[in-house]
Amino acid sequence: MSARTAPALPGGTAAARRNPGRRAGRTVLWHVGVVVIVLVVIYPVVWMLGTSFKPATEIVTSNRPWPLHWTLQNFPDGWHANPGVSFGKFFVNSLFISVLAVVGTLLSCSFAAYAFSRLEFRGRSVLFAGMVVTILLPYHVLIVPQYAIFKQFGWINTDLPIIAPKFLATEAFFIFLMVQFMRGIPREIDEAARIDGCGPYRTFLWILLPLTRPALITSAIFSFIWTWNDFFTQLVYLNDTDKFTVPIGLSLFVDQTGSTSYGPMMAMSILALLPVFLFFLAFQRLLVDGATSSGLKG
Amino acid sequence: MSSTARLDKQAPASPTPATKEHRTVRKQGFADRTAGYVFLLPWFAGIAIFTIGPLVYSLYLSFTDYNLLQSPSWVGFANYHQMFTADPRFMHSVRVTLTYVVVVTPVKLALALGVAMLLNRRRRGIGMYRSLFYLPSLLGTSVAVALVWRSLFSQGGAVSNGLASLGLPKTDFINDPSWALPAIIVLACWQFGAPMVIFLAGLKQIPSELYDAVDVDGASKWERFRHITLPMLSPVIFFNVLLETINSFQAFTPAFVISGGTGGPADSTLFYTLYLYQKGFTDFQFGYASAMAWVLLAAVAVLTALMFKVSRVWVFYGDGGNR
Repeated sequence: MSARTAPALPGGTAAARRNPGRRAGRTVLWHVGVVVIVLVVIYPVVWMLGTSFKPATEIVTSNRPWPLHWTLQNFPDGWHANPGVSFGKFFVNSLFISVLAVVGTLLSCSFAAYAFSRLEFRGRSVLFAGMVVTILLPYHVLIVPQYAIFKQFGWINTDLPIIAPKFLATEAFFIFLMVQFMRGIPREIDEAARIDGCGPYRTFLWILLPLTRPALITSAIFSFIWTWNDFFTQLVYLNDTDKFTVPIGLSLFVDQTGSTSYGPMMAMSILALLPVFLFFLAFQRLLVDGATSSGLKG
Repeated sequence: MSSTARLDKQAPASPTPATKEHRTVRKQGFADRTAGYVFLLPWFAGIAIFTIGPLVYSLYLSFTDYNLLQSPSWVGFANYHQMFTADPRFMHSVRVTLTYVVVVTPVKLALALGVAMLLNRRRRGIGMYRSLFYLPSLLGTSVAVALVWRSLFSQGGAVSNGLASLGLPKTDFINDPSWALPAIIVLACWQFGAPMVIFLAGLKQIPSELYDAVDVDGASKWERFRHITLPMLSPVIFFNVLLETINSFQAFTPAFVISGGTGGPADSTLFYTLYLYQKGFTDFQFGYASAMAWVLLAAVAVLTALMFKVSRVWVFYGDGGNR
């Protein structure tokens, strides 16, 4: 943002602006207020982290989010909580699905986005509108017939119902995100490429795609996190324990009632969210900006 | 991106900027008119196989009795009829979902707007605060967080103990039919960060000259909010309301995990999507589940159309155009 469109500062009355002492006081007060809200919001995450290092006896008896006696025992306990199949298998399965989902989404959605943002063809605006509508379409409307169709294909209890749609640009949201970004790239660049003899295909591969990199990274991270966290699709399509992913593996803890399993359960929850935390730490700016510019859900 | 004088032509902080330039340069597209279709090939295939095909198929299935093993048998409107006249659990799931949507959307958005306004100033650490508030939106739909909620809100959990230390009675939220849904509502509102960052971007687009103008007239804080912030922000508010409403209808994972897939206790967390899942994938009543899917689709479509219609009354687009 430039200085021209200086953000308005509500609450900054003329008097407060003139009196530096009062202004500093207000700043401190403001920081204290915001930090308190942050603490409330972050508490569940802190609690999850603390509980994963607490011995079972301590979990129910104390309200302190962090442990009095630290233990690592919850991690092996949680890892092997399901007889026969360990969380290692679940992580491998989840990683496989999520990485392929990212590859498929990036390929198919960048193709579609290029067509919608740069190429001329009949019916473009109608198709674009149709694409936007599919973003709003509730997924639960499609799951039953999709299941019936995939059953015909013999795809039930395989990864295909989860991965194959990603290669066919079903995550329309990412098309939208990339279209928005590509529209911001100056047309003169395409023009120059065209004059130099590039056709639409080479222009896409050598000119537009490299310039779209920030949007591709944002899409890749969100696509990964969404598939990694997705529960519904995986619950519906994966039946055998050795096909299970991390979210399904976690949901098995629900059957083990009683707070004794809290420690291992939270240990595995922390591990499950670890990739999300890492992406968040590394790319928080990109993620928040991506969420801002396109209004996407986490 | 922005041009000079922003005063008279305030672009709404809509999530769809930059539509202007591509219209003016339209004529300069490639001579190769087939390239567009070639690049759209995967999308065409996807939308045919995974969206339009299933939509049509499920409309057909909704008029049948189908358990996946025998071929579908035509029953006319029987599924729809049963839903509205002879299935109390269906009506109950509608009530649970509507309660959830009606509470979550305004509460979550009010939180989002409140915190966004708090953060809308030039101070150190804004970027970090913004990220931290956004974090729950990245985590919120995961099974892991649903498990955290289940633990925090159950007997002996931190919330229950915390309330007890304030002298309130101990409640096992998760197993109490009147408290399980509120616990899930709190989980949804916890994820206010996503609409918040959108509000924040919208607030930044409001020219400070507008506030200066009303300050000259001696406007109170409430008047500044009511007469400048709200109208200038209304396109963003509309966008968030639309998105949050549609999303709320689709909530599934928290209810499934917190109730162990049952929608209990006493069906108090039987969300529409959860009941649809049960009908389809535990009872294998695919015809009935398809009918439910179409009722959901119709409801969401009607609601979306209605919200667009009503938005003409209250959403203010600075340039007088209608998007």
